[in-house]
Amino acid sequence: MTWLSVVVQGMLLGGIFAMAAAGLSLVFGVMRIANLAHGDLMILGGYVASVTAAHYGVPVPLTIVVSMVAVGALGYLVQRSMLDRAMGLGELAPMLVTFGISVVIPNVLVQVFSNDAQPLSVGSLGTASIHVGGDLSIGWFPLITLLAAVAVLTVLQLFLHRTQPGRIVRATADDRAVVRLMGVDNRRVYALTTVIAFGTVALAGVLYTMRQGGVTPYEGQLTVLFAFETVIIGGLGSLWGTLAGGMVLGVAQSVGAQISPDLPLLAGHVVFLLVLVFRPQGMFGRSVLA
Amino acid sequence: MTAPLLRVEHLAVSFGELRVLEDVDLAVPKGQAVGIVGPNGAGKSTLLSAVSGVERASAGTVRLAGRDVTRVSAAERCRLGIGRSFQIPRPFVDLTVFENALVGAERGAGLRGGHARELALRSLEVTGLLPLANKSAGALPLLARKRLELARALATAPEVLLLDEIAGGLTEGEAEELVATVLSLKESGLTILWIEHVVKALVQVVDRLVCLASGRIRADGDPHEVLAGAEVAEVYLGGAAA
Repeated sequence: MTWLSVVVQGMLLGGIFAMAAAGLSLVFGVMRIANLAHGDLMILGGYVASVTAAHYGVPVPLTIVVSMVAVGALGYLVQRSMLDRAMGLGELAPMLVTFGISVVIPNVLVQVFSNDAQPLSVGSLGTASIHVGGDLSIGWFPLITLLAAVAVLTVLQLFLHRTQPGRIVRATADDRAVVRLMGVDNRRVYALTTVIAFGTVALAGVLYTMRQGGVTPYEGQLTVLFAFETVIIGGLGSLWGTLAGGMVLGVAQSVGAQISPDLPLLAGHVVFLLVLVFRPQGMFGRSVLA
Repeated sequence: MTAPLLRVEHLAVSFGELRVLEDVDLAVPKGQAVGIVGPNGAGKSTLLSAVSGVERASAGTVRLAGRDVTRVSAAERCRLGIGRSFQIPRPFVDLTVFENALVGAERGAGLRGGHARELALRSLEVTGLLPLANKSAGALPLLARKRLELARALATAPEVLLLDEIAGGLTEGEAEELVATVLSLKESGLTILWIEHVVKALVQVVDRLVCLASGRIRADGDPHEVLAGAEVAEVYLGGAAA
């Protein structure tokens, strides 16, 4: 594989990372909560799709919608029943709640489905590719994933900047206390934010599961790390930064894999550390957020 | 005699063991402008916070137009008609000046679409911010930020406007500009409760002055009489504040 092909494959991989990171960035930006369960929710999204396809005969493309709705609804319940209360107890309490969720999800999945992978196949789409020239080929499914990530980030950007609820979300992210004095019910804003974050991470989880051909319970522990690295590399508070962060991480992993099969994760972590050391606000982040 | 628009009775606020406000009684009729003075730590900002719902009262009641709002959230109090500005401006820096006001008009005043935009623009016009409407709020200088505090509060269509040191930190000329704006609001019939260290600015506008010290009201009445009174001299010269 040429280096051009390595870079392109890495950028395509970055689409998944960006989609997974978007919700993490949104929740942190609005509620200042580092959601430690984000990776497990992504995996849960994959499970919902896999189970509904395998056991209920739901067509695979439709499982995306089912998963987004189910995990989004879970987000609403988690916010109203646990996080709202925890947020009143200080900054640590909500993070501990998400840590608890990150422990519960994989253990419940093991109990119910065992450690075996739950398959989710997209058939021939999984291997179909476009031959661009030389030894450069672009897989249809990775390309769709990247386009989906761009679409999700575009919709989120439009929502935040062109709609009334989006404006309220941005105002809440700026100053949670003052926004209450403008008549805004914070809890409704938080619930909306969590539903969007859980819904988008479920989408990322389904596409991840389709890309891998299946999903196992403990993969969330690794995907949450990728999501955090993507947000940090791209810069907090910037959705396009999230896309760039995903691509940089994807390219780093792809280059690492080209050098040695043992290197992809390490290469990604090294890039993450370099960004932390030399540009802690990330590629597109504002230094005041540091 | 008509009931006061805002009534505070036996209000107390404590932070742990520290009693910041104690047994405060205040009745403000509709259309009246009341100034509040007092040394640092007197409890002036805490009084506004207790009225606006930012701080919970540990005792006593706050009534707006006869309705007990003591246990009502800050957001709901805003929707009911209590608008507040902050001493240190806290604009939504990622939003434009217009969007800042629009949040108040949409949520505080409960308006939609064109009506909300109209109210937001009117509040910017009254405060002289219309030429800066499309600027990022984060890029505004101090005077414009102070004006934005006022504009946002006005965009919530308040019955009672709570102002916290809006003239503080400004030059004399800038403070005079802002005083003229508050005076026009008072003349339009708005009920105002205004904390200010710049007493010269305050007496140009208010009908009544309240002096607060160590969490209690020490004087309440005609601004010039209160300022000339022994209580204020005692408070500012250290007697009561010690």
